[in-house]
Amino acid sequence: MSVVNIVGTLERSPAIFETRAATSEPAWAKWSLIAVSIAFFSLFLLLPLVVVFVEAFAKGWSLYKDAVTEADAWSAIKLTLIAAAISVPLNLVFGVAAAWAIAKFEFRGKQILLTLIDLPFSVSPVIAGLIYVLLFGAHGWFGPWLKENDLKIIFAVPGIVLATMFVTVPFVARELIPLMQAQGREEEEAAVVLGASGWRVFWSVTLPNVKWALLYGVILTNARAMGEFGAVSVVSGHIRGQTNTLPLHIEILYNEYQFTAAFAVASLLAMLALVTLGAKSLIEWRQKSVLKELQS
Amino acid sequence: MTATTTPANAGFGTPPYPAEAIHRRPPETQTALRTRPGRRVLPGLPLSLGVSLTYLSIVVLLPLVALFARTFSLTFDAFIDAVFAPRVVATYLVSFGAALLAAVTNVVFGGILAWVLVRYSFPGRKLVDTLIDLPFALPTAVAGIALTAIYAKNGVLGAPLEALGLKVAFTPIGIYVAMVFIGLPFVVRTLQPVLQDHEIEFEEAAASLGASRLRTIIRVILPAMIPALLTGFALAFARAVGEYGSIIFIAGNVPYVSEITPLIIITKLEQYDYAGATAVASVMLVISFVLLLAINLLQAWTARRSGRTL
Repeated sequence: MSVVNIVGTLERSPAIFETRAATSEPAWAKWSLIAVSIAFFSLFLLLPLVVVFVEAFAKGWSLYKDAVTEADAWSAIKLTLIAAAISVPLNLVFGVAAAWAIAKFEFRGKQILLTLIDLPFSVSPVIAGLIYVLLFGAHGWFGPWLKENDLKIIFAVPGIVLATMFVTVPFVARELIPLMQAQGREEEEAAVVLGASGWRVFWSVTLPNVKWALLYGVILTNARAMGEFGAVSVVSGHIRGQTNTLPLHIEILYNEYQFTAAFAVASLLAMLALVTLGAKSLIEWRQKSVLKELQS
Repeated sequence: MTATTTPANAGFGTPPYPAEAIHRRPPETQTALRTRPGRRVLPGLPLSLGVSLTYLSIVVLLPLVALFARTFSLTFDAFIDAVFAPRVVATYLVSFGAALLAAVTNVVFGGILAWVLVRYSFPGRKLVDTLIDLPFALPTAVAGIALTAIYAKNGVLGAPLEALGLKVAFTPIGIYVAMVFIGLPFVVRTLQPVLQDHEIEFEEAAASLGASRLRTIIRVILPAMIPALLTGFALAFARAVGEYGSIIFIAGNVPYVSEITPLIIITKLEQYDYAGATAVASVMLVISFVLLLAINLLQAWTARRSGRTL
């Protein structure tokens, strides 16, 4: 389900189709299709994005500043950063290891492994939260043991980190696998034959070849980690100032009818989304220019 | 992907698709170093596989096993009672019905968007192409409150629609709108590369044989897109059924009317009805598995059809 992959190939520009009579449509058809597309795009994608910022600044800059700097917002920002700072590096290590095993080797059960990696994509975030409650909650498998040892996972930070880890499982691995499969293993094999150690091969041959896809995978993982709502909402317990991440803080503000404050905090996450999309475009653009260079 | 960024592939042909380019090489260069069958040249399989399996076991497998174990600890009657309670059945109808309509909408308009983005140049094309991924990147809670603000009684679109007698926010239509939002990129992004790949020669052949442009599109291009359209449909549907964050704000969450299945799981959990929550979750999970299987098969079909390696 690698729908979010960067396709690093040179795409054919629309001009190829448009300049030939046999492969182009009459102008009226073309422009009506474009009009329908832009209308649908504006209605469903652009408008919600614009509304976030309009509502955030509706009551002026000072209210915006108050909303994003008050104590509860700060603790939500901190917790969101902590959850991302733990889950993103772990996911990075896992993603690279999984991609190395899957792309460079043949073994039985590979398809099952791939399915397991994809699974969190298609599991409802609510279920992602629920499964940890069943394991670590008061009535869960490990609940009594955790209580005896005075450990808290559910309604505490570890639960939030675990839920975030679950929903981000596919991102880095799914960015790397198709790329590393396409690259084959000849370069790595050549390096081994020339006497390089396994780690050396990884650092000097594999990593430089995949660095952009890896970077994008990390950016995507981070965006998802900071923005996850459903899974985190189930395990967090919504304790203000303690177990509230940014998306949960937005929900609380919204339910208390503090709309402007809710949108102000939401605008922070919307900016993160825009930065993520910008980074994606930049990386794609870089890859294309490298491809063009190599082709000429 | 970026296979051609490596010097080894650099001089090789014109790649629309590097993976293919690698396959086209003489087979002996591929296997040159594996003269003794069964012997691996590259190190690191035990380590990388060990790390991956450990991570997956702790984060994904063990919790899911716990869910099914919990479900099997219920008596059969209790399971049936939880899963087929009238209020729960009503949520299936809302969730699956709205997801179906939203996925169909996305196939139609996502299909047109993919076509326009691949085939036509127009001002703003790059911007549209970039922002298609917005629902992937924008946190669902943000999308949820934004959509609610737009379609509420006093919202930009809610007010004129209400004047026409159409209530969107806090009704099942609101659920549908949120599902269209989160599902759109799945269709566009699945279709785009396949449309890119489609050989221009087929269309020219059809035209030279006297087919009209409309006939060429319906009889030549559309059939080639069917696997990708179905994959996009399944992905959008699966995502919409499980979606929570962007829906609960706009849904109104009225029992029997606008309550979605993920919400009923949370409601049961908050009432400490762990058995009920687990039973409903296991039903949803089985449906996700089936959808995932269907998506994998569809993607294999798409790959075969277009000669693309995934």
